[in-house]
Amino acid sequence: MAPILLGIVPFGLIAGISAVSVGLTPLHGVGMSILVFAGASQLAALQLIGRNAPFLVVAATALIINARFVMYSASLAPHFEEASTGRKALLSYLLTDQAYAFSIRRYALRDETVQARLSYYLGAAITLWVTWQISTAVGAFLGTSVPDAWSLDFAIPLVFIALLVPAISDRADATAAGAAGVLAVLFVGLPYNLGLPLAATTGIVVGIVVERNRS
Amino acid sequence: MRVWLLFLVIAMGTFLLRLSVIALWGKIGTVPDSIERGLRFIPPAVLSALVLPAVSTSDGYFEIGPRMAAGLVAVLVAWKTRNVFLTIVAGMAALWIIQAL
Repeated sequence: MAPILLGIVPFGLIAGISAVSVGLTPLHGVGMSILVFAGASQLAALQLIGRNAPFLVVAATALIINARFVMYSASLAPHFEEASTGRKALLSYLLTDQAYAFSIRRYALRDETVQARLSYYLGAAITLWVTWQISTAVGAFLGTSVPDAWSLDFAIPLVFIALLVPAISDRADATAAGAAGVLAVLFVGLPYNLGLPLAATTGIVVGIVVERNRS
Repeated sequence: MRVWLLFLVIAMGTFLLRLSVIALWGKIGTVPDSIERGLRFIPPAVLSALVLPAVSTSDGYFEIGPRMAAGLVAVLVAWKTRNVFLTIVAGMAALWIIQAL
């Protein structure tokens, strides 16, 4: 788990610093992390806030990014079946790419009781939550003292590159990414920053079409 | 901008997306195959739509500049190492070096 946590710390620091650098307060940075607790969508939302995108475009973009959680939710649902409603709400709030990846790997390797599975998930998820909150808070309070000359805003696309590259595993993924990326560049002048959600949804459709034609 | 309201809307929506199938499991059956296939493409499509304009445009115009070069270095490091920390360090270092030249 240590290497994953080491990857989350700079990601969280950047989320905190970015909140301040787009003109919000450190409290906004901390509050966003606690409420939303989904790094990629937080960074994308902050980037759009910095460009004065309208409310609905920021919210829609963040939610398109987080729609992938439905996929994890479906994959984990059978393992969480016997949990109480309150417990299900807690497990869901804590769901992240990393908590999902850890747990599903463990569930595939070992045949454990429902209770052991829940405990394993909670252990990983809470560790990730604490690490994320501390690193965003540190970033948010450091944020005011980072000079512009460091170009630290560039760290946001770098985080996305670090997440994007491993997300491309076959030709359909690559085509979806290529189409979305090129369209996003072409759409950069569109009003209200609509280019991002438009390009991303088109890329998703292109990926589905490519995969369907292959099989 | 009503920042806190925005955060609440994103937070509620994200929570419901996470809770969706976990809460409905056993009540509605499984997720249709077509939806599941579409969800798979969200990370590559969205991340790419975020990355490409950030490294190839400046003030709304296409630009081949230091950010594109540093972005390419980061892609290479991400591909070779699969390490978030090293990718950020390499990309930032590349940008600073190119800007200083």
